Amino acid sequence: MRWENYTSLPEQYRNQRVFDGCGISGFINIDGSRVSGDKVIDMISILKERENGLGAGFAAYGIYPKYKDYYAFHFLFDTIAAKTNTLHYLGNNGTIIASEAIPTNTPTNIDNPPIIWRAFFDPKKSNNLEPDEIILKIVMEINANINNAFVMSSGKDMGVFKGNGWSHEIADFYMISGYNAYMWLAHSRFPTNTPGWWGGAHPFNLLNCSVIHNGEITSYGTNQRYLSSYGYKCTLFTDTEVIAYLFDLLCRKHKLPLSIATMALAPPLYDEIEKLDKKDQIILKSIRATYRSAMLNGPFSIVVGYSNPVPTMIGLTDRKKLRPLVAAISDDENTIYMSSEEASFKRLTSSNNNFSMKEIWHPKSGTATIAMLGKGLVRNGLEPSLMKLKSKYEGGLVNGNCA
Amino acid sequence: MLVNKNMIVEKTKQKIYEIGMDDMIEIDAAPNGNPIDYRNLNTQIHGAINENFTNIILNNVCGQRFIGAGLQGNIEITINGIPGNDLGIFMDGPIIKVNGNCEDQSGNTMNHGKMIIDGDGGDVIGLSSRGGKIYVKGDVGYRVGIHMKEYEDQFPTLIIGGTAKDFLGESMAGGKIIVLGLKILQDGTIIENPQPICGSELGTGIHRGAIFLRTDENIEDRLGVGAKIFELSEEDQKEIENDIKDFCETFNIPITTIDEKPFKVIKPISKRPFESNYCGYLV
Repeated sequence: MRWENYTSLPEQYRNQRVFDGCGISGFINIDGSRVSGDKVIDMISILKERENGLGAGFAAYGIYPKYKDYYAFHFLFDTIAAKTNTLHYLGNNGTIIASEAIPTNTPTNIDNPPIIWRAFFDPKKSNNLEPDEIILKIVMEINANINNAFVMSSGKDMGVFKGNGWSHEIADFYMISGYNAYMWLAHSRFPTNTPGWWGGAHPFNLLNCSVIHNGEITSYGTNQRYLSSYGYKCTLFTDTEVIAYLFDLLCRKHKLPLSIATMALAPPLYDEIEKLDKKDQIILKSIRATYRSAMLNGPFSIVVGYSNPVPTMIGLTDRKKLRPLVAAISDDENTIYMSSEEASFKRLTSSNNNFSMKEIWHPKSGTATIAMLGKGLVRNGLEPSLMKLKSKYEGGLVNGNCA
Repeated sequence: MLVNKNMIVEKTKQKIYEIGMDDMIEIDAAPNGNPIDYRNLNTQIHGAINENFTNIILNNVCGQRFIGAGLQGNIEITINGIPGNDLGIFMDGPIIKVNGNCEDQSGNTMNHGKMIIDGDGGDVIGLSSRGGKIYVKGDVGYRVGIHMKEYEDQFPTLIIGGTAKDFLGESMAGGKIIVLGLKILQDGTIIENPQPICGSELGTGIHRGAIFLRTDENIEDRLGVGAKIFELSEEDQKEIENDIKDFCETFNIPITTIDEKPFKVIKPISKRPFESNYCGYLV
């Protein structure tokens, strides 16, 4: 593991671009049963060709049932002063219900390990701002203006654990096996153009949305300018954070159904749109026109964890399928898996004889695979484009957060 | 925890194979349940070949990349498990059989030999292959057969039992791709595949070789730049007859099933479709 660059990246590296060949893995239990992180550690660490020891992270949903009504902040601090300042700032904006160090396996010979802290927080009631909006402002303020402090995650009943090292090292460091969650996401990083740093590891989180990403977003500049007009500050010098903010903007603020939001991020080409019915064309063209600047360009495959309000796992690749994504469903149809490589699933089935996959499939490019807690596999990512559109807008836009 | 750190840096090079028949050897790719590194696995394969074993069985393979990289000679490798990316890269002669699915880039720049995948293939199968045969029983992903090429007696053949996605045969420079559009269920029943035979941008940039699709779908609007649909001529029929027969025998498909749908052939629109893009001023 690398014991440096916890909360910020040194100036000289900031203008370099990041090319990734990362590994992503995740699963969701449909019945909401909580399982330890062992499975997701196996899934991600088998993809060792997809990491080079410069960053890994885990997102776990459902780990704080005791505090599930409060915002769980996960922090990285360089100094005690930063911790004091941040907690003081939090205290001014609401009530800190509990505040404690996140247990870690820090080796004893490290001079200045990061201070890894969590706080459960209840924001002050405000007449004109929703609680989520207040939290968003707090996260942006801490990341941008409080020195030596970094917010890893800020959702309810969930948390992100990340750092600079191999995935198995990060898992050991945070003792991931000890947490029980119904949805797990894991990422191993292969940055080839910038040094890894702790805050720059995935997953990227804002409120209840976590993103793990393999690839590069070449539209970063456009997306970043678009987001900044809505008050999102991109401070992490890497492309993935825009995806987390875009999901937050589209799904929470604009209340788009997930399927429309994913379509705005990876819309069909105009050639394809021209082949559809007039009615479909109007809808699709308006999506493209409205969210022109939210469109993600460049190769990517992402898995998104989103729990607002129903915990959901979303897999999405770019329209030309330039990065891999494989999905699987377990024999009892209770768990849905996604990963960069099929080897992740093989690893699970070979280490447990009583367990096998019912089906393994490759979702279509630019088509979201959506699995929801309680509802199961809502979309398998194989729908023909026309059908995919039809079911998407019927009943979707009205009901807000349905898929 | 099931993960062992030895997995990351596997230093032990001890031989763990058991000797069966005279020329057959089994290699366990995950002794004690921990998958070994691909370098170690390939070292063991090379070791077995040096000891004149010609029939190598790899068990518990789990995502190891580059299996059979650059191997030459009369060798047969059977893989039980999921081989990783770049299976049989630069391979020149051996036969690889995979009992299950394979990942992306299988048959990368393959020169000679045969690869039989008894399952689905990932993306970019057979890229830049310049010889040999690749058979995939199930479906394949995107950009399959990109930049396949032929030269004199070097001729690659890629046969897919199921369906393909976008960019099939992109920038193809030779060889043949055959897509049958069947679905072989686990109990051996054969049905027509419900998925479309191929995605968009079919054969875009093709300048030699041919793609044979067994379909009655209208694929006109999926054609890429420089590609054109032709009816199956008698000459074409002869060209694919033996390949299909061999494929059907390999996967126990009754040959009569194939006749239920016609073939369409995708070939370059002219002898040199991109001439004007590059060196028009020279000719």
